[in-house]
Amino acid sequence: MTAFRVVRASRFSIVATAVSVAAVVVLALGPSWASRGTKLSLIQIFYYLSLAQMWNLLAGYAGLVSVGQQGFVGVAAYAVFVLAERNGIDPFLAMALAGLLTAALSAPVALFAFRLKGGYFAIGTWVIAEVFRLITLRIKPLGAGKVQSLTVRNTFAGYSIERRQDLVYWAALALAVGATLIVVLVLRSRQGLALRSIRDDEGGARGLGVQVTRTRLVVWVIAAGWVGMTGALIHINSATITNRDAFDVLSWTALVVFIVIIGGVGSTAGPIIGVAIFWFVTERFKDSDTGRFMILGALAAVMAVVAPRGIDGLIQRVRSFELFPIRRRLVVDDSAVPTPDLTSGHP
Amino acid sequence: MVWVSAVVQGILLGGLYALFATGLSLAFGVLRFVNLAHGDLAILAAYLTLSTSSTLEVSAWVSMVLVVAVMAAVGYIAQRGIFNFTIGPDPLPAILVTFGIGVVIQNALLNHYTATDKRIKIGSIVTKSIKVTDRLSVGWFPLLTLVVAVVILGGLQLFISRTRTGRAFRATSDDPKTAQLMGINDRHLYAVAMAIAFGTVGLAGVFLGARTTFAPSSGPNELLFGFEAVVIGGLGSIWGTLVGGVVLGVAQTVGNQWSIGFDLLAGHLVFLTVLAFRPNGIFGTGVRT
Repeated sequence: MTAFRVVRASRFSIVATAVSVAAVVVLALGPSWASRGTKLSLIQIFYYLSLAQMWNLLAGYAGLVSVGQQGFVGVAAYAVFVLAERNGIDPFLAMALAGLLTAALSAPVALFAFRLKGGYFAIGTWVIAEVFRLITLRIKPLGAGKVQSLTVRNTFAGYSIERRQDLVYWAALALAVGATLIVVLVLRSRQGLALRSIRDDEGGARGLGVQVTRTRLVVWVIAAGWVGMTGALIHINSATITNRDAFDVLSWTALVVFIVIIGGVGSTAGPIIGVAIFWFVTERFKDSDTGRFMILGALAAVMAVVAPRGIDGLIQRVRSFELFPIRRRLVVDDSAVPTPDLTSGHP
Repeated sequence: MVWVSAVVQGILLGGLYALFATGLSLAFGVLRFVNLAHGDLAILAAYLTLSTSSTLEVSAWVSMVLVVAVMAAVGYIAQRGIFNFTIGPDPLPAILVTFGIGVVIQNALLNHYTATDKRIKIGSIVTKSIKVTDRLSVGWFPLLTLVVAVVILGGLQLFISRTRTGRAFRATSDDPKTAQLMGINDRHLYAVAMAIAFGTVGLAGVFLGARTTFAPSSGPNELLFGFEAVVIGGLGSIWGTLVGGVVLGVAQTVGNQWSIGFDLLAGHLVFLTVLAFRPNGIFGTGVRT
């Protein structure tokens, strides 16, 4: 009698998940052990991890290679400005509302962008991000032509400096952890299975009854909302909004793309590895922003050709591992029956 | 009359956009390849023309010829050395490689030339114009740009429809596997297409740089304009690219006439409208990746 079971957890993923939870607990206690400089670095790492996880979900799993993420970041920045600075809404509530706004805005964007495929989809999203930027410039009350500040008097009324820094830190951590959780949960769900089937063979997935466009749209809206919240937090952290920087393709899309490509696209561990590399390079190029972009850009271009699955893919070649329990594996309980190796290869 | 003038200037501007779009259109038509560094390559060519002129002490016209030749050679090498390895059913590697290269070019230019606006001095032709009526004059240089665009697109059309290589382009575009079986060297062919794409975008960059000021960060905008011209005209249609460029140019100049500073937004909105109502473009053959 042979019994079969479908399992997702492996010994490695159990350990990895436990280590991740412990790491999050240690990081959550950051305000009590980290110096101000460390906290600022960590905030940046957290929001880049959040953006990277979302871009990985889009490009790595849903086949939506967006180069227009800066559009959602910029819109969210001005949403926070209007809500918190002008109308006295709590900045962290404004952050959540900004996410709702970008999620709502992303549905009509999809109407246009989803008509384009592959590389043309990428440039199409870029055009739409430009449209958002130009529209904010034309809305006079936003004052997008000048530098705008989130002031202590309006936006941060009632927050002490320390309290504000700690809350920004925790919000950034929550966004990073939340983004990772979203990716893991989406991939474990029915939608996740549909996504991977689309990625592997779109025609075949359609044939099996997968609703390709709807599945993609769901992921697109989730990512837009989360990127919006992250963009809002980025500007709550900097407390300054300039039109150019808020809609900057280099900061909010290019760096994110490089992080994911270097780390490994289409893997949950990829963005985490990528962010570590990003932080390492950023520390080395503190006084040369162009140097940082050139190194990361060149590294990403090389990786895309020689190792399309990034560093994660290179490690997987040596030893297959999975950080979080996503993939389903068939386990044959009877030891007398030779076990077919179902664990290798992609799901 | 100001509106007529705006339309005329727009048509002329469209020539420049068509020149930008030629390479994108060709690379997409033959290889299904989308080069996100396209605009940055144009700006690179503009800077190279400046440097060539000052180091060799030759006129901008001479350096333009040299730079276009160099760009074409670089295009051939880039295709054989890098881009050929990214061709496949998955469009991701090609997008990422060219996006990375674009960012590297942009930052390298910023490092070397700083962010100051530059302009290519190409002689008195830039300031001279033909006076049609009191309120309408046509600049010689924009007119030359349009003529060059028409000649290049026409030449490309002839090349693709009449020559052996052109036939191989069409065959590979329709069915790369079978074309290869028939003895077509697709790696060489792709590289020739990319050489033309790099050469024409280099030329476009020089014309842009002589017409207006440019900076290292000017590239992405030109990529977007070229791309919009291709999509408005219709993927896979060479004359469509010219029409697309003209539609975009007119949208921008008329938009600016309507309200100062509305030019870019007007162009993008016309593009989105075309995308919504005629997703295959005006002359589109319905080619899709």
